[in-house]
Amino acid sequence: MTVLQPLDTHASVCPRASLIFDQVTFSYQGKHLLGPCSFTLQGAGPTLVMGPNGAGKSLLLRLAHGLLAPASGSVQWLPQRPRQAMVFQQPVMLRRSAIANLIHALAVNKTPRRQRQQLAEAALERFGLSRLARTPARVLSGGEQQRLALARAWVLAPQVLFLDEPTSALDPAAIKAVEEAVLAFQRQGTRVVMTTHDIHQARRLAADVLFMANGQLLEYTPATQFFHQPESSGARAYLRGELVE
Amino acid sequence: MAADSNALSVALSLLINLDAALVDIVLLSLQVSLLAVCLAALIGFPLGAAVALWRFPGRGLVVVALNALMGLPPVVAGLVVYLLLSRAGPLGEWGLLFTPNAMVIAQVVLVLPILAALSRQKVEELLAEYQEQFVSLGMSRLRMIQTLLWDARFALLTVLLAGFGRASAEVGAVMMVGGNIDGVTRVMTTSIVLETSKGNLPLALGLGIVLLTLVLVINAAAYLVGEWARRRTG
Repeated sequence: MTVLQPLDTHASVCPRASLIFDQVTFSYQGKHLLGPCSFTLQGAGPTLVMGPNGAGKSLLLRLAHGLLAPASGSVQWLPQRPRQAMVFQQPVMLRRSAIANLIHALAVNKTPRRQRQQLAEAALERFGLSRLARTPARVLSGGEQQRLALARAWVLAPQVLFLDEPTSALDPAAIKAVEEAVLAFQRQGTRVVMTTHDIHQARRLAADVLFMANGQLLEYTPATQFFHQPESSGARAYLRGELVE
Repeated sequence: MAADSNALSVALSLLINLDAALVDIVLLSLQVSLLAVCLAALIGFPLGAAVALWRFPGRGLVVVALNALMGLPPVVAGLVVYLLLSRAGPLGEWGLLFTPNAMVIAQVVLVLPILAALSRQKVEELLAEYQEQFVSLGMSRLRMIQTLLWDARFALLTVLLAGFGRASAEVGAVMMVGGNIDGVTRVMTTSIVLETSKGNLPLALGLGIVLLTLVLVINAAAYLVGEWARRRTG
């Protein structure tokens, strides 16, 4: 992959926003699924949200990004809601060419019309997709689609980027490309919050870890501490490879 | 039997020689139905997308009404438009009754529910897939409608062809509001009815062949568009 250059419109010049979860719960069709959950997202990240399947990692991310509203409690950004983007496990691609997907995002973002083409082309190049610019996005491979989803997030120059299991369906080469992209976002000051169930991936990327099990947040600790001396018994068992409920 | 096969050969010669009366009728049919379908699409597609997108009280009723109106009997549509446009009706002043414009209105009434109901379905399927991405991008409803309609373009083209098929093959409504006036409001379907009852089978058969061909071409086009879209957009 090409080396990622910082965007000029970048986030690092903006004051860092902090995210506050206060007694947040979520339920669906009468079933309690998450919380109550309280924490304040701090530091520069990347923050990795870890835990077994069904722990509520994706829910936490969707609540943070505002795709879901909490049943009770509050999700708050201070001092104000930052520009943010999200990359999903299954990338959602419009039925248009790769570059048209980026231009659409730029149009939604109210980028002046004459800059869109150039920004989109630059992003495609950064993510090694230039030769696929005119290809319909939905016939790209899984790895290419995920890179395109990252390029779409890139053109939005988000201050916060959420990624929900972005590599779970990819092969090792594609996983490497996604992880490099995550670090590139991080380098240019985007606050990265990402879920994974891959402990090795978390070790490679994490500055701190939110560990969840069974809809509860069990701990929020720096990565070095989490991988050596986790606070919760749930995390200790998870890291030992035991099955955690 | 001999008379019938004779009628068929005369019908074919009318077609081959592009008989003036026949061509006029075919052209008027196409003009009326194409205009009706275009107008219906301008209203029906955004309406379908809006119903797919918004959750409001009574939405279920709107969906059921649109679906039910897809089967609206043409003569009922004709009657309603007739009552609206007749001299004593609320729109009587416009003087539209027994003009091609009245036939366009009647066909819009027939086709609009088809376009709105089917596009609502297609857009709703697409929205289920796109919704989280849309919310994540912070899109306005208007932008969502634009995006959904464009991304459903191949499906909507098929819907459009279905609407055109219904409009061009329908006889009851245009007969009532058009009056089947020679050279003014006589279209393929109404001519076939009239010419058959007069015993002028060659013209009726000739028009029947054109109509049948048109329907075949429309369906072939719909099929090809669907196949091409599947291969192209995955």
